[in-house]
Amino acid sequence: MSDTDTIDAVLDRHHRNGTRLMQILRETQEQLGWLSPATLTIIAKAVAWPRAMVEGTADFYSFFHTRPLGRYRVLWSDNITDRMLGNTDLMESMCKKLWLEPGRVSEDGLVSVDTTSCTGMCDQGPAVLVNYRPITRMTPARVGEMVGLIRSETPVAKWPVEWFAVDDNIRRKDILLDHGLVAGQALAAALELGAEKMLAEIKAARLRGRGGAGFGTGLKWEACRNAEGHGAHPAHYVVCNADEGEPGTFKDRVLLTSYADLVFEGMSIAGLVVGAKKGLLYLRGEYHYLLDPLESALATRRQAGLLGANILGTSFEFDIEIHLGAGAYICGEESALIESLEGKPGRPRIRPPFPVTHGYLDQPTTVNNVETLAASCLIAAHGSEWYARHGTEKSTGSKLLSVSGDCERPGIYEYPYGVTVRQVLEDCGAGFGKCDCQAVQISGPSGLCLTAAEFDRRIAFEDIPTAGAFMVFDESRDMFEVARNFAHFFAHESCGFCTPCRVGTTLVRNLMDKIANRHGSPYDIDELFKLHRLMQGASHCGLGNSACNPIFDTLNKFRPAYERRLMSLDYEPAFDLDAALSQARQMTGRDDAAAHFSAHLPNEAEA
Amino acid sequence: MNAPMNVTTNANPAPAKKLRVATASLAGCFGCHMSILDIDERLLTLLDLIEFDRTPLTDIKRCGPCDLGIIEGGLCNAENVHVLREFRQNCKILVALGACAINGGLPAQRNHLDLRDVLEEVYQTEYLVSHGGIPNDPELPLPLNKVHPIHEVVKVDYFLPGCPPPADAIWKFLTDLLAGRTPALGHGLLHYD
Repeated sequence: MSDTDTIDAVLDRHHRNGTRLMQILRETQEQLGWLSPATLTIIAKAVAWPRAMVEGTADFYSFFHTRPLGRYRVLWSDNITDRMLGNTDLMESMCKKLWLEPGRVSEDGLVSVDTTSCTGMCDQGPAVLVNYRPITRMTPARVGEMVGLIRSETPVAKWPVEWFAVDDNIRRKDILLDHGLVAGQALAAALELGAEKMLAEIKAARLRGRGGAGFGTGLKWEACRNAEGHGAHPAHYVVCNADEGEPGTFKDRVLLTSYADLVFEGMSIAGLVVGAKKGLLYLRGEYHYLLDPLESALATRRQAGLLGANILGTSFEFDIEIHLGAGAYICGEESALIESLEGKPGRPRIRPPFPVTHGYLDQPTTVNNVETLAASCLIAAHGSEWYARHGTEKSTGSKLLSVSGDCERPGIYEYPYGVTVRQVLEDCGAGFGKCDCQAVQISGPSGLCLTAAEFDRRIAFEDIPTAGAFMVFDESRDMFEVARNFAHFFAHESCGFCTPCRVGTTLVRNLMDKIANRHGSPYDIDELFKLHRLMQGASHCGLGNSACNPIFDTLNKFRPAYERRLMSLDYEPAFDLDAALSQARQMTGRDDAAAHFSAHLPNEAEA
Repeated sequence: MNAPMNVTTNANPAPAKKLRVATASLAGCFGCHMSILDIDERLLTLLDLIEFDRTPLTDIKRCGPCDLGIIEGGLCNAENVHVLREFRQNCKILVALGACAINGGLPAQRNHLDLRDVLEEVYQTEYLVSHGGIPNDPELPLPLNKVHPIHEVVKVDYFLPGCPPPADAIWKFLTDLLAGRTPALGHGLLHYD
């Protein structure tokens, strides 16, 4: 099949519809290896979009390639937890064995090796993606074998199966993970109640969003239900946000692996309440490997009469479609996610209007976290009164925590809301006497850094809200390096739309590198505080607002980790000043005193 | 801002000591200094409040202890760095005046070229020049590999953008400083062209 035929087949499958551009680009790339200028031109013509728009989308996402990147593409997950498990050395040895520089394609076009943001395998790292398939638990031995397989051009599908094993690592179950429901039970109960009573139950249960912000789910569904669809094709939509990009979070991966029915059922219940016929699951590109199992779970539900027309013999009609992302953290923000669903770069929209009135295709849309939707099944099946008995006053129910880092048993822990940080540490094997835990980063880089003095604080919206990441750092860890890793993450993931964030995240990253390279001074620390204030106040969305949180927290709580790196009390350039005269010295052949800078300020040496 | 602004300190008693100010033009075109002169007759008001140390106006060669240092231009050679360091050591407040001091400006256009190629082209290969070789007299300051804005080498307290910054912006900045207010340029005075 020629390239044009391949592209045509993909385009036909998606009805040449521009809003499906993400899926068109992904499927085309999967078959052709990369998105050449000619390919983009064909696609732009077919969907009748300006070519610049198509290229804009292709350029925006990390997992789309507008230049060839080798037949094997190895991406090392670069979360701090992967670093702690030694990914830097492993990647270096892989590059050495392949005679490669990170980020460069080998001369024969065979392979490229690079880093990527957290791939959600923090409890079983160091992890890599090879041609977008995850491989966990990398070891020096695996690196060696992998290099051999790449050199012999063995297809990834024929690599040892056990490498691709992704474990759930469920360590503690509570009401959600121990739900005991059979497929269809919760949906049947919801249909029995009817949309209005179901909504009333959700509100009475005081269910709040599990993505971290904790917005009332009932309120959101009600607003969406009450909003009217507009234009030629009025409709309501349910979107499940499975773009689990916050480094250190992997609970949605587990829910979608082993509790997919519960998630789909939650989406259906949401559909019933808001009056939607269509649900969209936005799956992060890193979880591509879940696409086939999820599609077959959907097929099973269709066969069982739980999706499609006349669900469970009623007039309720609802179906679900899966959209894959392509490696952009920002798409976890709901309006950026909707932009992405529509085939555009994931840039947060200006709000209001909110998605509940003007969301996907400008129609009323409710965007909910995977865990929130799953939890709604419990309320449908057991009632609001039962549900609200769990957790705390303002945070009912339970929360899944993704525990990783320095502990004996990393994995998924489900607790009723209100659990103390200390309790979680005890249970995961990082408690007193087990590991000298010095800090816990809650809810990922944009969350909170807690020190031992704060371990009695509680996981609940009343105290510490969280999307679920729980990264443990023992005494041997350098909290400055933790914050620097996060600074690099945000500089990489800023969408570039607003200046405070685009420039600010890069300035912060450069200052952190300057301090790490021992060129820092107290002025640089002042500058970090200034940038924190500016970005928090002036950024377009939450990414920029919270990008300095880890720096601010660690500067306040682990200041010595910064200060012992400072060069002097005087301001220091970020570069070697004397080396800045090197070329002129070489060209003039001079090496006299005036052809050098003294290392430090005072005039005496210069006179 | 055409009429001289009244900064005579009738309401507040005049400061006992005049503000001591030094200025220098490094890799710049003196345009920013021209803009300082452009504050016109207000200069006379200003002279009641400040006195000049090292500046092209006084021809004092070395900078002594000062309250305020104003730097025009970026850093393109070793001498620029020495002057800048001298200012930073002696001035309580250091200001980057204009596009070149803040971003490198026009001189930084050579930054995408390798300095070695530049020197070779200018002194050895270019048509119609004397080809006398690359000057290597120790009296001459060596050029830096790249042109740098001044904040990359010393701590800078304030930045006055513009090419050049308008005279009114300089006036506003100085009068704010004299009155003890944190300088704020505001709309109309803050621009980058």
